[in-house]
Amino acid sequence: MKKKLVLALALSMSLTLAACGSSSSESSSTEDTEETVEESTEETEEAEAEDAGEDQSAEDASDAETEAAAVMTYEEYAAAELETQVCVETYVQATQSWWDDTITVYSQDEDGAYFLYNMACSEEDAELLVPGTKIIVTGYKSEWSGEVEIIDATFEFADDGDSYIAEALDVTELLADESLSDYQNQFVSFTGMTVEPSTDADGNEVAFLYNWDGSGEAGSNCDLYFNVSVNGETYNFTVESYLCGEDTEVYQTVTELEVGDVIDLEGFLYWYEGVNPHITSVTVVG
Amino acid sequence: MRRFLALLLAALTCLTFTACHGSQETTAFEIPEEFDTSRTYEITFWAKNDTNKNQTAIYKQAIEDFQEIYPNITVNLKLYTDYSKIYNDVITNISTGTTPNVCITYPDHIATYLTGENVMVPLDDLMTDEKYGLGGSEVRFASPTVEEIIPEFLEECLIGEHYYALPYMRSTEVCYINKTYVEALGYTLPETLTWDFIWEVSEAAMEKDADGNYLINGQKTMIPFIYKSTDNMMIQMLKQKDAGYSTASGSIDIFNDTTEDLLYTIAEHAATGAFSTFKISSYPANFLNAGQCIFAVDSTAGSTWMGTDAPLLDISEDSLVEFETVVMTVPQYDTENIQMISQGPSICIFNKEDPQEVMASWLFVQYLLTNEVQISYAETEGYVPVTSAAQNSAEYQDYLSRSGEDNDTYYEVKIAATQILLDNTENTFTTAVFNGSASLRDAAGQLIENVTKSARRKETIDEDYMEQLFEDIISLYRLDQISTVDGKVELGPLPATAVALLAALAVTWICIIGYFLYQRIRKISHNDH
Repeated sequence: MKKKLVLALALSMSLTLAACGSSSSESSSTEDTEETVEESTEETEEAEAEDAGEDQSAEDASDAETEAAAVMTYEEYAAAELETQVCVETYVQATQSWWDDTITVYSQDEDGAYFLYNMACSEEDAELLVPGTKIIVTGYKSEWSGEVEIIDATFEFADDGDSYIAEALDVTELLADESLSDYQNQFVSFTGMTVEPSTDADGNEVAFLYNWDGSGEAGSNCDLYFNVSVNGETYNFTVESYLCGEDTEVYQTVTELEVGDVIDLEGFLYWYEGVNPHITSVTVVG
Repeated sequence: MRRFLALLLAALTCLTFTACHGSQETTAFEIPEEFDTSRTYEITFWAKNDTNKNQTAIYKQAIEDFQEIYPNITVNLKLYTDYSKIYNDVITNISTGTTPNVCITYPDHIATYLTGENVMVPLDDLMTDEKYGLGGSEVRFASPTVEEIIPEFLEECLIGEHYYALPYMRSTEVCYINKTYVEALGYTLPETLTWDFIWEVSEAAMEKDADGNYLINGQKTMIPFIYKSTDNMMIQMLKQKDAGYSTASGSIDIFNDTTEDLLYTIAEHAATGAFSTFKISSYPANFLNAGQCIFAVDSTAGSTWMGTDAPLLDISEDSLVEFETVVMTVPQYDTENIQMISQGPSICIFNKEDPQEVMASWLFVQYLLTNEVQISYAETEGYVPVTSAAQNSAEYQDYLSRSGEDNDTYYEVKIAATQILLDNTENTFTTAVFNGSASLRDAAGQLIENVTKSARRKETIDEDYMEQLFEDIISLYRLDQISTVDGKVELGPLPATAVALLAALAVTWICIIGYFLYQRIRKISHNDH
């Protein structure tokens, strides 16, 4: 009887320890729930994103959509209606910060440029989206405040070893021209622009503003806004902090500008209720 | 950037509703006998402004004035332009024990902060403390009494059984209307705006000429009805229809037949191009001011962007169109029972090891409720002060009475928007706050965003679509994992394996005790022999 009892106790102890172990591991899985759930959500989102075309086909098996999934030339993309599915081969030129399994990409090929807004992308893949990388993007052509872009997009790497980095196209003389929008999203340059005053929160004339109205401040990674003129017209340019944050050279350079400085600039021809380039480099030339 | 921030950070809420576990624990706050004025304190204040330089200036002025009254307290201001960014930073700092002292927030966010032990300071006792409470005898400025805080606004800060915040400013949503176009289309604005009226007029505005220009504005672009915050849109529609959204204890009731019906209606008008959203098209104000929108629903706190004479403008002067702007309540289903959301920033206090530091924070919070701060901040946008003392003050009444005197401080549209909230305070409502309520709010908006996009893309929207949509949204926002009561996470029933093991343990102990008793009885009976 004693032997049996000892055996029963030993078994019970081991079961209890196992239970504690199990409980402990359950406890850590409880603590890790968020992570696990995030992963599973990520997977779901990625799967959803990857399957977007299939879902689409399932919901609306129109031939038009199937055709839209074929890779388009830039010309075909430019001619496509808004809200239609598009598929393009393009080359990464720059990216904004990756966040929540999405990334915003400035991309371009020899014929034209694309703004890939909040494209589904894992953190690992985001690391690989370096300038020059060729990708095949499927999404929907859309427009937001004048900016024509591809949204709800997914992508795959085109592993053909092909690479392309655009040379900046000087569009200074096109700034006042309607044809400027033909170059939307391209990597461009502006030369001989003069820094014009902006009015800050205290009513002072300054060379740049933290936030559009000067309501931001140094150290808060605000966008920078500044005015530049050429040929008698003044334009508002932006250092988009998600593209070029406080630690970048261009951000620092802009915070050191003075009214009257003559500068050359490079950046991407973004649109917000008119031309609003996202500037990536500034050189004071006079 | 305004767009990038708004959209990127919206996702945060769904990622972090269980994020405060593992936070560094602090002792529960207890009110000290006296506030020690012989010591110096440095507190941080994370504030939100609407990218509005006037609001920034008011915060700075308030701090300066407060520091003059309490020279031993230094307030360090950190500015944000987005609630979600504050939320994200707070979540990050809870785990490292480096939260700010005072923070502008939404009650939905506080519910998440509360999942950390003693992270927040409950304000109940502080509010009523005779010496340092609201209107307390030892407070060095005229702080409002509890009774002077508008009850509907204060109620929003009651989370579970405690107040964890005080209201700072209140706003609601209103509809900014191009009355000129409504009348040009042959309609007259009703006394109370209804959904039916908006849909009808919006469809009427879609007529084009042979060149593809809209008849109403002669332009290629016209989206008659644009909604800024689609989460509010869905929440208010459901409330007006007395349909399910959530319960106070965190039960998710949004996936119901009424929601589905509403989504079909929205899809129908999105398909014709009569309806769109901020996320899909852009700011309602930009379209309204360019004569490309007739009904723009946005916060009263966005009123300075609305109308031909708006002091703030994001479109070029040559795109601006002349029209008469009228401000009305958000559209209703039942004109006899008007329902509109109450929103706006609240202020919370984070707990610290040093209760004196918390007291310094509490005094500063009270200062933000003084007439001077309340009135000046409210005037920056279509905000309403949260105290009757400020609302009834001669200064504020004078401000309201001067509507239209200029297109800046007394901008007519801004004051009209403000007046709507003042006149309808009793018609406002808020949604239940629980850990996960922020995710539910996002989900509510996403339902509308998804059907609107799908309709514009000419997808088939039928029962199968709705079933899949509900499934996707539940999964994306993890709404099937929300389980809360009074802000505390329920761990749920024990797993079956744990129950079995505990039972085995119990049986073993019964055996041990039984054996022990058996031995004792045997021994006694031995001795008896």
